[in-house]
Amino acid sequence: MEAVVKRLGAWALVLLAAISAIALTPERGFAIHMGIVALVAVILIIATLGTYDPLARAQSIFRMPPGPSRYDDDVVRWGVIATMFWGLAGLLAGVFIAAQLSFPQLNFEPYLNFGRVRPLHTSAVIFAFGGNALLATSFYVVQRTCRTTLAFPAMARFVFWGYQLFIVLAATGYLLGIGQGREYAEPEWYVDLWLTVVWLAYLAVFVGTILRRHEPHIYVANWFYLAFIVTIAMLHVVNNLAVPVSFLGSKSYSAFAGVQDALTQWWYGHNAVGFFLTAGFLAMMYYFVPKQAGRPVYSYRLSIIHFWSLIFLYIWAGPHHLHYTALPDWAQTLGMVFSVMLWMPSWGGMINGLMTLNGAWDKVRTDPIIRMMVLALAFYGMSTFEGPMLSIKAVNSLSHYTDWTIGHVHSGALGWNGMITFACVYYLVPRLWQKQRLYSLRMINWHFWLATLGIVFYAASMWVAGITQGLMWREYGSDGYLVNSFVDTVAALHPMYVLRAVGGLMYLSGAVIMAYNIWMTILGHQRVEAPMGDTAHDAAADRPILPEPAAQPAE
Amino acid sequence: MTEHNRKEPFEGHKRLEKNVTLLAAATFVTVAIGGVVEIAPLFWIDNTIEKVEGMRPYTPLEQAGRDIYIREGCYVCHSQMIRPFRDEVERYGHYSLAAESMYDHPFQWGSKRTGPDLARVGGRYSDAWHVQHLKAPRSVVPQSIMPNYSFLAETDLKVPDPSATLTALKRVGVPYSDIDIQMAPKDLMAQADPEADAGDLAARYPKAQIRDYDGDPSRVTEMDALVAYLQMLGTLVDVNSAAAQEALAEEKGR
Repeated sequence: MEAVVKRLGAWALVLLAAISAIALTPERGFAIHMGIVALVAVILIIATLGTYDPLARAQSIFRMPPGPSRYDDDVVRWGVIATMFWGLAGLLAGVFIAAQLSFPQLNFEPYLNFGRVRPLHTSAVIFAFGGNALLATSFYVVQRTCRTTLAFPAMARFVFWGYQLFIVLAATGYLLGIGQGREYAEPEWYVDLWLTVVWLAYLAVFVGTILRRHEPHIYVANWFYLAFIVTIAMLHVVNNLAVPVSFLGSKSYSAFAGVQDALTQWWYGHNAVGFFLTAGFLAMMYYFVPKQAGRPVYSYRLSIIHFWSLIFLYIWAGPHHLHYTALPDWAQTLGMVFSVMLWMPSWGGMINGLMTLNGAWDKVRTDPIIRMMVLALAFYGMSTFEGPMLSIKAVNSLSHYTDWTIGHVHSGALGWNGMITFACVYYLVPRLWQKQRLYSLRMINWHFWLATLGIVFYAASMWVAGITQGLMWREYGSDGYLVNSFVDTVAALHPMYVLRAVGGLMYLSGAVIMAYNIWMTILGHQRVEAPMGDTAHDAAADRPILPEPAAQPAE
Repeated sequence: MTEHNRKEPFEGHKRLEKNVTLLAAATFVTVAIGGVVEIAPLFWIDNTIEKVEGMRPYTPLEQAGRDIYIREGCYVCHSQMIRPFRDEVERYGHYSLAAESMYDHPFQWGSKRTGPDLARVGGRYSDAWHVQHLKAPRSVVPQSIMPNYSFLAETDLKVPDPSATLTALKRVGVPYSDIDIQMAPKDLMAQADPEADAGDLAARYPKAQIRDYDGDPSRVTEMDALVAYLQMLGTLVDVNSAAAQEALAEEKGR
């Protein structure tokens, strides 16, 4: 009882602080954000009062198995649902802004203009979809590979819900025009502070669980998760150093300026890719690919070499986002050289994942989840080849500022991050909700092909768009003058932008099919369908042809 | 060498695998090195902290316009960094110098040109063109895919506390004087209002352009601020002056 009173007191204080902030701030956006915080506090007060038990309610909504399972998987289940939800939201936002670039009439000022929705898209897919996938899988994997339950279960729940609050504040902020103008680090100072608290709690739960392990060794997937959590903490704190104008307003100014700010930002930006979208997702690969294939990881030594070289080299690659800018030349060259070197550890990870299928390659034909994982690794390999290539200064002089970069990012994000996440969710759902199997394996097949075709449309159209744009910008006529005005190049890209939107729509439709499949699985349905991988067998036709007696003419 | 006394490769790694503290510490050191080596020198070496003649902090109105530029996410489609290539220099003007963004918190170099570079857009078009283009881009450039920003012209410019804005910027290193900070609320309005007395604004902020920008002298709107910002971009440093050329000659690399 005393604990309940204390908790009520704490939430009441939060509520009071939020309401005073609303009353005192001159800014509408900040007031709305504090309103969201106040709303959360009110929900928590109601929940604490015990008029109803939110956990029991949530469990009935999401059909969770009764009673405690062996591992503490509540947060994992919520994380899987959040991954699906934010994935759909982020992809939808992506299709929307792709359509805006093809048909500018789709901009609805001020809240739904491209400049405000684009950060919403990037944050929703990277931090909401990817982040929830990482939260859910890391809590799932660390328990199983350590043979223990989560340390600090209450804190783990705080991490999940705290992270969702971060997402809501960030996303609403973009539409309201609250942002600090740093790509992939747009949330303002107070949202950044909140995320820092959540992230440190995440680190505590993760490391605490490893400390409780009943296995002598820390499994390789956990090295990658640990590197991801530690490095993101470092990047987030340094890149978001800022001085707020007022503690009752959203606006802040970055601690660094100009060239220092640029390199800090791209040191962060590139390693958000390197540690959020690579190290963290490699951790997923290191657990789920061997599990689904039923084979051990190909090489222990390769995993050691590629882990340390990957995390060491990645950090240096940031300056390749600033080739030929006012950043000193030596820094650009360092960035380029390390980016090219990074190719090797990246492929080390891909090889370790693909070769794990040694002796189980037949499953690519029969198991659509394995097929998705293989495709993910193939795209990982492709985009980690394309990346070093684009970081070469001569190539970059053409590709920089064009859609080639956008295409590159999406072959990594849709192909690698998306596909490996989908495969892991397909793996997790029947196990987490204790179902015999997924609702439908054939729907995974549909998802697979829609997504693959979607990526092909996306990447191919952006290659053409990027190279077209780059060449048109630098085209000189025989008279020695530039041939194209800027808007000529914009007009030339229109068909490619339309194709890209079509590709995105296909990828989104695949995800919608998945959401339906997952939903039906959780509800406990099983679709009646022919099993995958079976060749057709017609028993009636499976017999020798008997010589038929010649027809006798009638008398 | 017999089989049993040959040292297993990566034997030492087992220590890291059994101790999460060591593993985390080793990971942190490994990931910290690259950033320290690349970023730290930028705070000391000459060509990233050099000053170039003409650079000054933004006026309160220009800064307000810059905040709107950031708020609307202009940086996702427009760069402010001209690379030293013949085609870029001919299209956009002299390539960008490090010093030209020394008061930019945060920098706005951008990463994508869905629209053209804006580093030297100041003075290239008239105020009326900018206003019309921002309100309805396709009315002046039919093939443009830029969103409409007509609401800027209808929204009064509201900066909660202009002095606090300058104070925050001063804290991160922009050399505003106490008078600049004190005068900020007045400067903010006076720069866009032809009726008001701008005082010594032009003396404290050399090359500051004092006029009504949005075609509506009766009030100061967000459009005034944004156009004021766009019209000053790239106008501060005379890149062809002797001093600037000398600084360029000393700049290494590129």
